[in-house]
Amino acid sequence: MKPAEVKIQNIEKSYEGVKALYNISLDIQPGELFGFIGPDGAGKTTLFRIMASLLLPDAGKITVSGLDVVANYKELRHILGYMPGRFSLYPDLSVEENLRFFAGVHGTTIKQNYDLIKDIYQQIEPFKNRPAGKLSGGMKQKLALSCALIHKPALLLLDEPTTGVDAVSRQEFWNMLKHLKKEGITIVVSTPYMDEASLCDKVALMQKGQIMDIEKPAVIVEKFGYQLLSIKSNRMFALLHDLQQFEHSLSAYRFGDSIHYIPESPIKDFNILSYKLAERGHSEIVIKETQAVVEDCFILLMQQSEKAHGINS
Amino acid sequence: MESTANNRVIHVRELVKKFGDFVANDHLNFDVYAGEIFGFLGANGAGKTTAMKILCGLQRPSSGTIEVAGFDVYKQSDQIKKNIGYMSQRFSLYEDLTVKENFQFYGGIYGLSATEIKDRTRQMLESLQMTTSADMILRDIPLGWKQKLAFSVAMVHRPKIVFLDEPTGGVDPITRRQFWEMIYEAASKGVTVFVTTHYMDEAEYCNRISIMVDGRIEALDSPAALKAKYNAATMDEVFIRLARAGVRSMNG
Amino acid sequence: MKGFIIKEFMHIFRDRRTMLILFGMPIIQILLFGYAITNEINNAQIAILDHSNDQSTREITQKILSSGYFALNTKLNSAEEIEKVFREGKIKEAIVFESDFDKKLRNAPPASLQLITDASDPNTANLLSNYTQAIALDYQKQLTAAMPAPARLNIQSTMQYNPELKGVFMFVPGTITILLMLISAMMTSISIAREKETGTMEVLLVSPLKPFHIIVGKVIPYILLSFINALIILVLAATVFGMPFQGSLLLLLLESILFIVMALSMGILISTVSNSQQTAMLLSMFALMLPTILLSGFIFPIENMPFPLQIFSHIMPSKWFIIIIKNIMLKGLGIAYVWKETLILVAMTFFFIGLSVKKFNIRLG
Repeated sequence: MKPAEVKIQNIEKSYEGVKALYNISLDIQPGELFGFIGPDGAGKTTLFRIMASLLLPDAGKITVSGLDVVANYKELRHILGYMPGRFSLYPDLSVEENLRFFAGVHGTTIKQNYDLIKDIYQQIEPFKNRPAGKLSGGMKQKLALSCALIHKPALLLLDEPTTGVDAVSRQEFWNMLKHLKKEGITIVVSTPYMDEASLCDKVALMQKGQIMDIEKPAVIVEKFGYQLLSIKSNRMFALLHDLQQFEHSLSAYRFGDSIHYIPESPIKDFNILSYKLAERGHSEIVIKETQAVVEDCFILLMQQSEKAHGINS
Repeated sequence: MESTANNRVIHVRELVKKFGDFVANDHLNFDVYAGEIFGFLGANGAGKTTAMKILCGLQRPSSGTIEVAGFDVYKQSDQIKKNIGYMSQRFSLYEDLTVKENFQFYGGIYGLSATEIKDRTRQMLESLQMTTSADMILRDIPLGWKQKLAFSVAMVHRPKIVFLDEPTGGVDPITRRQFWEMIYEAASKGVTVFVTTHYMDEAEYCNRISIMVDGRIEALDSPAALKAKYNAATMDEVFIRLARAGVRSMNG
Repeated sequence: MKGFIIKEFMHIFRDRRTMLILFGMPIIQILLFGYAITNEINNAQIAILDHSNDQSTREITQKILSSGYFALNTKLNSAEEIEKVFREGKIKEAIVFESDFDKKLRNAPPASLQLITDASDPNTANLLSNYTQAIALDYQKQLTAAMPAPARLNIQSTMQYNPELKGVFMFVPGTITILLMLISAMMTSISIAREKETGTMEVLLVSPLKPFHIIVGKVIPYILLSFINALIILVLAATVFGMPFQGSLLLLLLESILFIVMALSMGILISTVSNSQQTAMLLSMFALMLPTILLSGFIFPIENMPFPLQIFSHIMPSKWFIIIIKNIMLKGLGIAYVWKETLILVAMTFFFIGLSVKKFNIRLG
């Protein structure tokens, strides 16, 4: 089957008067690994459910390889693989029984499409008689992915597959997605972990039902447009407050083991900054210019939209 | 912050917890001190949750000496519960109550008087800049704010130690940082913060970190020391190198 | 669809609680009833009105009182007193020996023995009467063995307060109805709600399965299990309690299947409006169980209900099913006498199936 193409046009959705999605439009190319990046409440799950034909939009239109998700939902469901955010296997059935059941639901068998899931399923096959409820998070995730793939879908929708999963399992999961891409499946994935954005071909940054930006991750980072300094001192907690208080500070926030500081205009001579900090009692000061990552861009975009709309928009 | 026996608030020696043949916690040893932010990391299934339940007095260990806030987990779990606060991503506040009612309820549970609850509520809402939202139903409050409220509620009875189980899961990057500022503030006032997270950048914010693998503590030190020891640029690298060696999370 | 049914059976067989409810409950229910009734018979208070006071009446009285089931409350002197002691609630049974009892028994049979039982508790009344008769007849047998001509007793049993013995063996039809309702409706609604809770319903909906497939796949295992249950209850009722069985077993089983299908479709209807197992359980309890128990005539006779409730009871499927079973089991009537009730059930079944398929959402929310 050819990988699917997704066209999202002007999608709007409200729940009981609360707007969940504002006028969402974007295209996902065949064979792309597309990521929706954003915190809980950004509207990711709602959008996924509309794409999966589980929810009706209030306005707008989505087509998957030309199939309308509302009118042609029956045909669509044949080419769709969907993994909802919650654990969605039968905990009392064994690994193998789950897989066999979901194969049967799609009118296929494990054997028919074994090639596609082989790499993933082999890792859990030694435990095929164990009830799915007794698997660890990482293994559940692999099984759920196998179940979503068993009918060789043209479009794979993964709603927050890595939420609550440890860093090792997350890394493994993304490696699996990279392999799947080669099989000619369009993969759409959502995640609240900003660092996962760089693993996608293209991402949409979402916040409060709106898309703040859609680009290749490398382009998003290039567009950052400010000087970004990574600063450390012996008193990190105080350092954050001091940098935030600075006259020409646009933004300052913790980032890993340092503070990311964005001055309003680029600083050429770090000695002045260093001196100002020493004046406030800091020592062991290290100032470096650094490359922004997606999380920096996300924070900047959020601050800009909050400034534009007021805190509670 | 000093590390002496005097200000030690969690004391764990040879903690073992077995479920049948399965060893969930395999001879754990560590101390946590007053005002410390202690990161408790590990892969899914490494045994973090079990250890945390034992420290909160919710589960009995199989063997070992464990003291929390100066009390013995075997005999004095009631006193322990009075001296700790607990918050998790899943269990936090009542969605159908207002902000104020949630404070009242939890304050009441810990035996605070009505005036005390009122004072604490006002005080905490002021520091959150949420005084105008006191009568809002929790359901209508954005997730990030809810998490901050949940943390405040867990602190309503001025516990010595607060346990935070993945408190920032799914929270946006700005609110996540605001949440950590609250953690710092609590720690600066002498409250011990015991926290689990899957965000490795948050691991950097802790004073010390323990990394559990297959029921054992494989590493315990400050983030800087750990990075130096494993010759890694980030905590993410340290974590992945240690956790990869484990078999349990890979095998379920 | 085969896969779906197999999977459903796995869920059922792997969950100990479900299995316990499915098969433990009917057995416990029936045994409880049986046990409660045998318990009741210890030292039942009786009154005796002896018009002859001769050797035979004394011997029979002695035999009855030494059986352990009965205790003498009062000796009466006149027939007028019978009514009085019954009304005071002191006794459950009165035994009346006619005058010249011994003489009639030996020389001019039959001798008359009258049993009057308080049938406001019909099950106990029936048992008491049966026991007394058995003891008296045993005495008659002993006497006959020692005599050239057979002695003959004429025993008249009268039920006071509830002469038609309504409610005797009522509990078996009632229990069958309640259990079938409970298992069929509650279990299916809970099992669908569980899929919503765990998120698996989302995956099923997104798959090419049609709602009809999901419903049938859910329902078939429960039809089978409920049917086995109905059989267990019937066997237990017949063996443990000695429930009489008059009519056609085939007809009864067919009617049971009809009722099961009806209850299942109600269960699916409930699941379409509940998103959690708890809601499904509560809805089944309040919307199905309570009306079934209270309004079907199982406990409270429909004739005694206030008029609005009587009307309401007509829309209770269980009411019609209880009538059908009673007619078949107790009266031995055939389809010719229950076709009207059957037709009502068929209509209700179609109504609920249609409604539940229509309401079953192909999407979320």
